Amino acid sequence: MMPLQSLAAAAPTPDGYLLVLAIILPATAIVALVGLGGRGAAGIVLATLAAQLIIAIRVLSLVWQSGAPVVYVIGGWDPPLGIALRADGISAVMMLTSAVIFSAAAAFAWKDYRPPRWSPETRGSLVFWSALLAMASALNTLFTSADLFNLYVALELLTFAAIPVVSLKGSAETLRAALRYLIFAVFGSMLYLLGIVLLYGAYGTLDVSSLAELIRPNAATLVAAALVTVGLLAKTALFPFHLWLPPAHAGAPAAGSAVLSALVVKGSLFLLMRLWFDTFPSLRDPAAMQILAALGAAAVIVGSVMAIRQARLKLLVAYSTVAQIGYMFFVFTLVPVLPGESWIAASAWTGGWLQIVSHAFAKAAMFLAAGLVAEALGHDRIRDLAGLGKQLPLIVLTFAMSGISLMGLPPSGGFSAKFMLLVAATAEGHWLWATVIIGGGLLAGIYIFGVLARMLAAMPDGTAVAEIGRGRQLITFALAGVALLLGFLPLEPMALLQIGRMP
Amino acid sequence: MSGPLLFWLAGSALIGLGVYGITVNRHPLRKLLALNLLGSGVFLLFGVIARRGAAAGLGGDPVPQALVITGIVVAFSATAIAIALLSQLQSKAGRTSLDDEPPDEEDRS
Amino acid sequence: MTEQVFDAALALLVMGVGAWSMMAGRITSAVIIFIVYGLLLSLVWVRIAAIDVALTEAAIGSGATGMLLIAAAYKTGRESGARETVSGSLHVIAVLLASSVALGLASLAFVLPGEPVSLAGDVLRSLPDSGLGNPVAGVLFVYRSFDTLLEKIVLLVALLGVWSLGSDRDWGGIPGLKPFAQKHSVLVLLARTLPPIGLTYAIYMTWVGADVPGGAFQGGTVLAAMWVLVMLAGVRQIPRLSSPALRAAIVAGPVVFLAIGFLGFVSPGQFLAYPQGFAKPLIVAMEIALTLSIGVILGLLSAGPSNGKDAR
Repeated sequence: MMPLQSLAAAAPTPDGYLLVLAIILPATAIVALVGLGGRGAAGIVLATLAAQLIIAIRVLSLVWQSGAPVVYVIGGWDPPLGIALRADGISAVMMLTSAVIFSAAAAFAWKDYRPPRWSPETRGSLVFWSALLAMASALNTLFTSADLFNLYVALELLTFAAIPVVSLKGSAETLRAALRYLIFAVFGSMLYLLGIVLLYGAYGTLDVSSLAELIRPNAATLVAAALVTVGLLAKTALFPFHLWLPPAHAGAPAAGSAVLSALVVKGSLFLLMRLWFDTFPSLRDPAAMQILAALGAAAVIVGSVMAIRQARLKLLVAYSTVAQIGYMFFVFTLVPVLPGESWIAASAWTGGWLQIVSHAFAKAAMFLAAGLVAEALGHDRIRDLAGLGKQLPLIVLTFAMSGISLMGLPPSGGFSAKFMLLVAATAEGHWLWATVIIGGGLLAGIYIFGVLARMLAAMPDGTAVAEIGRGRQLITFALAGVALLLGFLPLEPMALLQIGRMP
Repeated sequence: MSGPLLFWLAGSALIGLGVYGITVNRHPLRKLLALNLLGSGVFLLFGVIARRGAAAGLGGDPVPQALVITGIVVAFSATAIAIALLSQLQSKAGRTSLDDEPPDEEDRS
Repeated sequence: MTEQVFDAALALLVMGVGAWSMMAGRITSAVIIFIVYGLLLSLVWVRIAAIDVALTEAAIGSGATGMLLIAAAYKTGRESGARETVSGSLHVIAVLLASSVALGLASLAFVLPGEPVSLAGDVLRSLPDSGLGNPVAGVLFVYRSFDTLLEKIVLLVALLGVWSLGSDRDWGGIPGLKPFAQKHSVLVLLARTLPPIGLTYAIYMTWVGADVPGGAFQGGTVLAAMWVLVMLAGVRQIPRLSSPALRAAIVAGPVVFLAIGFLGFVSPGQFLAYPQGFAKPLIVAMEIALTLSIGVILGLLSAGPSNGKDAR
């Protein structure tokens, strides 16, 4: 038997309590919002979001400086009996990404959902802020928990928080979208749970790092891995499980759509990557990984083609999410199975995470921009967007900037991500996937330039455009700016993303 | 055949039934029933694993048993949300089908 | 021998009733069969020595879930009497998929590693420190209390999800649950006589939960059932959802839980760790608060969002 690396990995670090706070502070805030009936809600929400940002920055700098994960053991009970939290490089990056995007979405939504000061809450204010905080809490759990069952609870918390955001408008259409989303998501988590039941039956632990050492490719383990994977794919909306996503993401209010598309789908995706790269690396059969890459390729093509065919801007943006999720699945086949990883593999790994992060910023910006467009015009029909370039140039610019990242044009995070994936794909001889990476960019170009062309067309007479405040435009612009700035990171594997990776 | 083995087989069958029910039924309430059946099958398999782990004078491993309790509550929460959505959909649309309605005029203009 | 025959009959019955609930023609019958299924399932849990789970399954899996399902079936089931399913070839694919899942899982029974794994020994080794006698309560409130805490947040978020479906205008109003129109004498009688008994039973369940099967969830469900009975019979006014007292009852459990969690930072220095020697009193306090909150939340989940039209 190998020496138990997990024992070293589970040794708590001094600042580990930050991980607990990242999960528990938003949870406490929800309890306070409900209990106080809206009194002091604005302060509670702002303080919690600020704390999220500070904690995320602190965790990232701790991981960066020490070159090792931040670990906390809850209640002092070591796994397998207890639950450990562990933030490695990718956790820290995702915690910060999510804290920044939540803050931006909150600032954007402040106008519509501002909690009434010292008076009873409204439906919108209580539901929106509680859901936002619950998502933040659930995502931080997903990014840091090392316990498979605790992760199941977090997955469900994330879904239950996302549902009311989808149906917040209350129309029959959004109710239907929310119900379909719920059924898909709960079905997915049941399969995930079934998988971890089998793992517990085989190994007697739910701790991610101990399992990595114990796991053997026997029948029960393979079935478990397959169930966990299919369950998480359903929640991540990878083709062919993507049907629930567009109506759900397009039906939510703009700030809600932004966090759903930028962050919530990444929760289950993060877990999937965590499991396949840290817990099941010994099960990574190249053929099975090719299936995931093939589904990713199908998602890129189907999602893009569907986006091109949409008549409504928000649906177009939502289908673009279906396509962009597909790229992340090339990582499964581009990062080879065995340790002693090459520079190529490490750059595919960096490319994949950069895709996740830059998509988060670009998509949040694009959904917020689409929301402002709909608010300005009173509709989001693509064919009637003419004249926006004159009336709301900053929004059009923002849309174009986020589009650059999604298409993968330089300089942008999306370009660097896709470029690194492309280099890895060609270097490893995966020509088919290389073609899809390039083709997906071209297809994205079609739907994005299609929208921009309409926006920049001359304004027909008699179009009324509602006033849009400067603040929300600038928030949206800043998010798209981050997506572009990510493109100035050096085009090489990032050491940060390797910190704490098992073997 | 021993009791735990029988119940493992029953749990497997229930999961299969749940998968069947979710895929073939159109009415969302029936899908919800199927989801609950699937869930109870998953919990049952966990219970059998707990039973296999009877040791130290306990009739079963308490860890999976406790996790099942948490799981039942979480599954119940899902059912509660789904039912509220379903009733609201019934009041709003007069039907609960998940199939999309024909696109309204706005879409075609 | 008799035990084996009983187990075999029970396993067959559970499968049969489960299948029946999937196939039943009318939606209302399907729901009622499902409730019966839940009760049979709790017998199975007794047979595999999981009494705590059996109680939870009977209370939540069958009881509370059944209550919600029946209400929904009566509201939405009318639209189609018969069962609508997908057409021909898809149906065949679904049957094939479902049976391969079932057979695959069933065959795993024979290949799971021969040596059963268990944390039972580890649980018992540290249990005496906490002063608890029930190992399942030990897992829920000591070793894995973080799960239990998050699960309370899940429940709270689910409640908000249900409330969010009301209209803006009626926010914070009276839930849409309709009391029976005429004073139904039997119902009123039950609603006046049962609650004191139920309350006593709920307190008992919670109290003993630390040492024997039972606990906050089972107690809370009994509490919820009593409250729903009272609301349905119209014996007591259903409170407004914005009522401060109601809100306090909803958050009491999570507040105590969180407070004890943060107290752990101070002594002995870890979140959700109990100060030496205080584990049992703290857990009992937490369970009492949780019973109240769970009872209220479950009742409110059944009562639905506030709805001006329905509340009259």
